[in-house]
Amino acid sequence: MSDLYHVSSSPHVRSKDTTARIMLYVILALLPATLFGIYNFGYRALILILVTIASCVASEWIFDRIVHKKNTIGDLSAVVTGLLLALNLPSTLPWWEAVLGGVFAIIIVKCLFGGLGQNFMNPALGARCFLLIAFAADMTNFVTDTYTGATPLAAMRSGEAVNTMDMLIGRTAGTIGETSAIAILIGAIFLILMGVIDLKIPGSYIVTFVIFMLLFGGHGFDWTYITAQLCGGGLMLGAFFMATDYVTSPITPWGQILFGICCGILTGVFRCFGANAEGVSFAIILSNLLVPIIEKYTVPKAFGQIRGEKKQEGGK
Amino acid sequence: MGLKTFKGGVHPYEGKELAKDAPIAEVLPKGDLVYPLSQHIGAPAIPIVTKGDTVLKGQKIAEAGGFVSSPIYASASGTVKAIEPRRVAVGDMVNSIVIENDGAFTEVEYTPCDDVTSLSNEEIIGKIKEAGVVGMGGAGFPTHVKLSPKEPDKIEYIIANCAECEPYLTADYRRMLENPNELIEGMKIILQLFDGAKGIFGVENNKPDCIEKLQELVKDEPRLEVCPLETKYPQGGERQLIYAVTGRSINSKMLPADAGCIVDNVETIIAIYNAVKLGKPGSNRLATITGDAVENPGNFLYNIGTNYAELVEAAGGFKVQPEKIISGGPMMGFAMFGLDVPTTKTSSSLLCLSTDEVAAMEPTACINCGRCVEACPEQLVPSRLAKFADHGASEEFEKWHGLECVECGSCSFICPAKRQLAQSIKTMKKQVLAAKRKK
Repeated sequence: MSDLYHVSSSPHVRSKDTTARIMLYVILALLPATLFGIYNFGYRALILILVTIASCVASEWIFDRIVHKKNTIGDLSAVVTGLLLALNLPSTLPWWEAVLGGVFAIIIVKCLFGGLGQNFMNPALGARCFLLIAFAADMTNFVTDTYTGATPLAAMRSGEAVNTMDMLIGRTAGTIGETSAIAILIGAIFLILMGVIDLKIPGSYIVTFVIFMLLFGGHGFDWTYITAQLCGGGLMLGAFFMATDYVTSPITPWGQILFGICCGILTGVFRCFGANAEGVSFAIILSNLLVPIIEKYTVPKAFGQIRGEKKQEGGK
Repeated sequence: MGLKTFKGGVHPYEGKELAKDAPIAEVLPKGDLVYPLSQHIGAPAIPIVTKGDTVLKGQKIAEAGGFVSSPIYASASGTVKAIEPRRVAVGDMVNSIVIENDGAFTEVEYTPCDDVTSLSNEEIIGKIKEAGVVGMGGAGFPTHVKLSPKEPDKIEYIIANCAECEPYLTADYRRMLENPNELIEGMKIILQLFDGAKGIFGVENNKPDCIEKLQELVKDEPRLEVCPLETKYPQGGERQLIYAVTGRSINSKMLPADAGCIVDNVETIIAIYNAVKLGKPGSNRLATITGDAVENPGNFLYNIGTNYAELVEAAGGFKVQPEKIISGGPMMGFAMFGLDVPTTKTSSSLLCLSTDEVAAMEPTACINCGRCVEACPEQLVPSRLAKFADHGASEEFEKWHGLECVECGSCSFICPAKRQLAQSIKTMKKQVLAAKRKK
């Protein structure tokens, strides 16, 4: 029967896009922030980044071996998780804690729930919050050779003035990848141009957050304060690279906007009323948990569907 | 201002350069001709010849089996060899009339109509029905039914589907270049049925020469218009085309007539012209034989019922052994086991690909990227629908509007994880509709 031709359901052609290519774009987009982080915090940052990525990739490889699954490290998603996690760690963190973070992100948050596409929480942020609770002191130690003070947001909380220009460029204390708003935005623009992300989530996140801070921040229309709030505490990194994580954000267009609003409100609440000056990680992972319910109520209207009682206008 | 189009859609590799410059060539069948009795939507046709009868080209061999049905005509002269089930392009066995071709092509006499404008609406529709004209773009819906809407006064637009959005296909393109007058005359015949309607030719802008030619020909026709459209798949989908041209949207429960529109494909309008003006039944049509495995890709006017293998032969045979052969375009066409099947009224092309790129791709996990949502011309969430389909969750499937799917395949095309989304959704749609019919 070798003279039979191949038969399959249409369509018989496919686009060139692959999961690995999308992940590669995300990695490329994170490079400006990564390079700036290494420049800002020195070789320790580089080592921490490499260790975290290695830990994530190795965890996935070993897990796949143990459960006899097809090896999935080729999709590069573990590299993205490792890189994002590293960018959310202070450069002074002991390397073994970073390794533990990588294992937690991949094994606990991702693989145990079924691997890529099945996790309900952003693995990098899940691991960051785990580390934040388990190693609170190490995770909030931002003192390096260059920076001896607190992070800008913590400084602002205690009434000190901050230099917003430094915050835009990134010459401040903080985690490896969160300090430079400009480097993050360059990457974000690249992702938008490549069609990997759009502005629905980051846009609604940032707009909601700004409105919230104007209303409840206690500083009124103080744009220096708002700029500092936007550039600090990993908000840019969170809005463009973590909240936009495909797997843990809604797929419905209106759901994405609602999700961004949730992130914005929660970040505002944590910053204004919480004990912690940052709050982005917790805001995003809590919003991740709301995704199924958001999707349930934002099923898009199909083309030509008649909305409720209102009959189609102009149809006849 | 951008060109008219619809929301969503994809841009597959066009591949039209393969056959686009090959002028229409006529192919005469050498072997037996096979006429499946069900090559249209609706009741199968009923044979009116028996084994051993001699038939002429253009002679009716099967009668319509109801109102929504269509007669079938012999496209060669010869003897009826058998009436038996034969394999068709989609893989089913369908009862078919087999005619042994005597090679003489002795024709019956046709009665052309000198003055179409003197015909009444009933006469025109009668001629179209009698000639066995069906939607030749692929659906095969009997055209006389389409042209008999419940409220003919409400029809405002007759849209000629000249989009030809399927990659590789160039038959409509050649028709527009080589037979524009027949196309326009055909359109005028339809307009004669609907006093208040305008005739619009919706052409994708990857065919600028067609747009120019048609525009030139209709410039003094107040009721005719050419509407250039953005080149995007599925621009030629009925609902998408109506939206692009008129801004009106219809759903799966509505007919184009509900939006005041009737849509007919290029080849169908040519068939209407042949039926009404020339009095000729629909026994031949144009098809593109193309693909990287074909020696001389081209556009062939063939007699319906000809074996596909003969068409490949007319195109110079295979230059390399194809891995996949597709009846229709690459986005919605049917892959075939073999070439030994007859062409029907809806066989618009044969695409022969040297490599089956889909077979080489392994589906991986859905990463929820939402590209399928952006691509879906029906604004559905294909990845979710496919998941419901794989889980057999029919209730959820309907709630997320799965039945609105037009099966265009854009979601599978765009998916970076190479998931067979359209396949799952199509299967589930069939199941849900079957369950509904049972109730």
